[in-house]
Amino acid sequence: MNLLPWTIYVSFAGAFLALLAGTRSASAARWVALATAVAGTLLTLLAAQSFTPGPAMQTLVDVPWIGELGVRYHLAVDGISLTLLVLTGLAATAGILFSWNIEERTGEFFSLYLALIGGVYGVFMSVDAFVLFVFYEIAIVPKYFLIAIWGSTNREYGAMKLVLYSFAGSALVLAGLLWAYAAGGAHGFGLDELTIAATHISHPSQIAIFALVFLGFAVLAGMFPFHTWAPTGHVAAPTAASMLLAGVVMKLGAYGCLRVALPMFPGAFAACQPIIAWLAIAGIIYAGFIALVQEDFKFVIGYSSVSHMGFVLLGIAAATPLALAGAVLQMFSHGVIAGLLFAVVGRMVYERTHTRQLAALTAMPLHRLLPFAAVVFVLAGLASLGLPGFSGFPAELSILIGTWQAKPLWALVAAVGIVVAGAFTLRAIQVAFFGSTGARASSVDAHAHPLPPITLAEKSGALLLLAATLFVGLKPDVLLNWIVPALQSPAFQAVIKGGTP
Amino acid sequence: MYFPASHLWIIPALPLVAAAIGALVPRSGRALASGAAIASMVAAFFVSCLALHTALADPAAHAAHNFAWFDVGSGAMRLGWLLDPLTAFMCVMVTFVSSLIFIFSLGYMKEDANFKQFFCFLSLFAAAMLGLLVANSLLLLFICWELVGLASYLLIGFWFHKPSAAAAAKKAFITTRIGDLGFLIGLLWLYDSTGSLLFFDGGHGVLEAATLTALTGKTLVCCGLTVSTAIGLLIFCGAVGKSGQFPLHVWLPDAMEGPTPVSALIHAATMVAAGVFLIARVYPLMSADQVLANVPLHALTVVAFIGAITALLGACIAVAQNDIKRILAFSTVSQLGYMMLALGVGSWTAAIFHLLTHAFFKALLFLGAGSVIHAAHHEQDIRRLGGLGAKMKITFATFAIGMMALSGVPFLFSGFWSKEGILHAAHEWDVSHLPLYAGLAAVVLTAFYMTRLMAETFFGKSRSHESGHAHENSAVMTVPLVLLAACAILLSLLAWPSPWLQHQLDPSAHSEPGGISLMVLSIVLVAVGIGSGWAIYGRKPRATEASPDPLETAAPDIIAALAARLGFDELYAATVGRLNSGFASLADFMERWIWGGAVTLLARFGEFTGVVNRETDENTLNGGFDSVSHQIRGTGRAYSRAQTGDAHGYMRFIALGFVVLMLFVMLGGSR
Repeated sequence: MNLLPWTIYVSFAGAFLALLAGTRSASAARWVALATAVAGTLLTLLAAQSFTPGPAMQTLVDVPWIGELGVRYHLAVDGISLTLLVLTGLAATAGILFSWNIEERTGEFFSLYLALIGGVYGVFMSVDAFVLFVFYEIAIVPKYFLIAIWGSTNREYGAMKLVLYSFAGSALVLAGLLWAYAAGGAHGFGLDELTIAATHISHPSQIAIFALVFLGFAVLAGMFPFHTWAPTGHVAAPTAASMLLAGVVMKLGAYGCLRVALPMFPGAFAACQPIIAWLAIAGIIYAGFIALVQEDFKFVIGYSSVSHMGFVLLGIAAATPLALAGAVLQMFSHGVIAGLLFAVVGRMVYERTHTRQLAALTAMPLHRLLPFAAVVFVLAGLASLGLPGFSGFPAELSILIGTWQAKPLWALVAAVGIVVAGAFTLRAIQVAFFGSTGARASSVDAHAHPLPPITLAEKSGALLLLAATLFVGLKPDVLLNWIVPALQSPAFQAVIKGGTP
Repeated sequence: MYFPASHLWIIPALPLVAAAIGALVPRSGRALASGAAIASMVAAFFVSCLALHTALADPAAHAAHNFAWFDVGSGAMRLGWLLDPLTAFMCVMVTFVSSLIFIFSLGYMKEDANFKQFFCFLSLFAAAMLGLLVANSLLLLFICWELVGLASYLLIGFWFHKPSAAAAAKKAFITTRIGDLGFLIGLLWLYDSTGSLLFFDGGHGVLEAATLTALTGKTLVCCGLTVSTAIGLLIFCGAVGKSGQFPLHVWLPDAMEGPTPVSALIHAATMVAAGVFLIARVYPLMSADQVLANVPLHALTVVAFIGAITALLGACIAVAQNDIKRILAFSTVSQLGYMMLALGVGSWTAAIFHLLTHAFFKALLFLGAGSVIHAAHHEQDIRRLGGLGAKMKITFATFAIGMMALSGVPFLFSGFWSKEGILHAAHEWDVSHLPLYAGLAAVVLTAFYMTRLMAETFFGKSRSHESGHAHENSAVMTVPLVLLAACAILLSLLAWPSPWLQHQLDPSAHSEPGGISLMVLSIVLVAVGIGSGWAIYGRKPRATEASPDPLETAAPDIIAALAARLGFDELYAATVGRLNSGFASLADFMERWIWGGAVTLLARFGEFTGVVNRETDENTLNGGFDSVSHQIRGTGRAYSRAQTGDAHGYMRFIALGFVVLMLFVMLGGSR
């Protein structure tokens, strides 16, 4: 267990080493990055092995940092954090495998990449709001550079939009936290301390602070109507960055809502519950419909991400034990599946065909040119539309059942999103890979100009993520056995009790 | 030999292993993939027979084996296996028919490049279908329900290079998913009301008395329906989608784009009947509201009327189709309507009996059609066939048996007995006789369109080059036809001389023999149907493919409307389809111009203030602010360097920052 903080340190050390190695050779930087990510994954898995699920946060490190403010460098985990740490490890490793072909400033790319990962690990372990915020910022900054330097379509615009939203979001969070700290007369930024302090604040102020903090985090989770940074960001980002963006960075937002905003203000949350739920539902359906008419392959996946994150937010909004557990499961599931989808679109297809326009892709017999990519995308697509056997199914099922327990109407409307998800996923599969127009005509020149074959790195990355989604889909209790006891903690119980209308 | 319910997983696991083998072997591993598929299916057949043997030893027992899938603190999500005669009969039927169709496919798909994939998908389908049958949990049933939908999608679109096949696959998946949405909502509601999704669970299952009483006890405020009625109707939505019932029947005829063995297995014999099986399985829930007299609506009444409409509608449209597979597809729609009708009027055993007999004779008809299509070089239009009776004797004879079973030719053929059971039950129904009349009308139409199909395909002279050169297929294709034909006749024994099957399925039901007058009436109607069909199409066979259809000349408008399937597809495209794309375009517009516009505006504003600030900074403010502005400009330069591509310096700086932070943290951690 106590090895977990090393995931952060190893990632930062790896970031530094990758930068040094990059000055010598690109391949050295790659191997350093891969070794770092694998080490991080192994550390999380090792910790998972010896993890005893329980309601309490299990402290890993706790030392004073800024004495005057009462800020402590306090890291602790429960089952929810552990789930997301494992996800981070997997997504990071897969992302590096899918960036194996980065030739331009390789060292710097992986350096920023690992710094981002380190920040993400840090967020998932922080139980001091200040430390959490610091790690949160560490995770956001490299994202900008990854997109602005290595991105593709419209990268300045995408990066600008993303930064605008991210920093606006974190400004709201910071303002909210400081307000709570001051108004509640807290002596530290520990989440428990702030929770107690928050009870001294008047109800209207509580609602205002809750709104600030929740909104600030929810922006990063892609909550409608503050989601527009996500699709453009994804499209502009290089493959690995969009994998991380959808895979873990959007989870930072949802995690912040769940870990910080809800337990701190259970009463205010109860008052805002319907608004959050309806925004979540609007996101599920609205983004699904948009995905249905996109002409850029990556936009389809980008909007599908927003739609699936809507389920996470809905689960959080419903705040029954089942819905919350489902929301965490969905974070894991979506992290893996979205990573896979972006990998196929961005790496396997785009970097070989140099187009993401569905109209152009449909003219190529991609299923014959890139059979492996086609199979992976079909499987990932099926996982994404919630087919049983893949992780999305137990997650969305738990969220829907849990939501029904809170308010049947929410579940009823949200379930429509599942049909829409089916429609846009199948459209993407058919148009991109099994396009019919000219399939026969161009099969001749397919042999004349074969696309570069799928590399071993890509195959390993795809298999890693596929295995993860299948494993969790078949045995969701592996993760739920960690998540469910964590919901027994007093903090979450207050949310659940105060949360159910 | 005793077969415990806890071992039922073996039945779906066998084809699942075959599917895995099919997925893993290279493209050239044709023999291995097909061999594994057929061997696993035959093995599953024997295991199913063993299970049937055990189930019949005590037909009233619902032997169940339950286990937790995942635990969520407040309640576990449990799954389970269930062994009772319904499951066992269905398993035997599915494994038997599948085995034969797999064997037939060896011949039919011989030349296909994706041969091994075909068997992989077929095995996947069989595994999901069998899982659906042995499920003791609505959740497990739903899981397998989705997976058979997937297999159906993959197999309809198997020849995806045909745009029509790709479109049909998508249409099938999405149409059935609309029905599944209702099913899912019903499932959520059921779980919320009962805390369980197990069918039988030692008195706590959702199909057991205590739960059902609780469910009927609750009434909805808005419309006076009991909760059990509402849940039942929602689950029925799933059955409507999967079993091609009106108004979601539109996908099933299009599904004929798949290879013919697929049409036979999935879109005639097994998967489309899953909706009927589902309603039969949850029959206690569907009929729970029957004990209450003062409710506005009984769930089963809806089932009966939907079934009746579908039975009649399908039969009418079949009259005006020209594609041999489409005729059979609409016939399937119509027959599934019969089964739903039987369920609705209260005789689930009659429905299952018809399901079983239909599976055999409709599989026979489809394989027969496949044999014709294979021989006639993929010619499917009956106007271009003709004269095949003399060239393909085995296909002709077996197809004739299937046709007579479907038409309900009396006594010798199983279809007669199962259809008789349904008409009898409809006659007994005390709510309305309209379903009975619809059923009787469909009897005439069925006999008529099948006679037309026979006459056009097998009699007269060959009307095209393709059918002129047709000859009988090899034994690998004809032997399954013969076996299925034998079954189409032998299954009569399940109902005659005594209704043995229905008694085994539901020992508590007392079925008295049907009225003789109804039987006579239906025999007369069959005679009318065949007679008129022969009079119009058989006596004077069509001369060329272009010669006019006698019915079409008599009533061109009606036939044209029926040929266009009464415009359901156009109606849906104009309403649901347009609404859907309207929403999508609206959302896309909002995204681009409203939300996107707001962001752009904000960004422009940011840039503007940036410029103003810099101007102010450089031109107005000096002195005391020098150090501050210097810092700002320094950062700005680093920032702009990152933008222009020269990020080395800045990133080194970041890295240095990280190192400092990291050292700090590590030192802090070790203290």
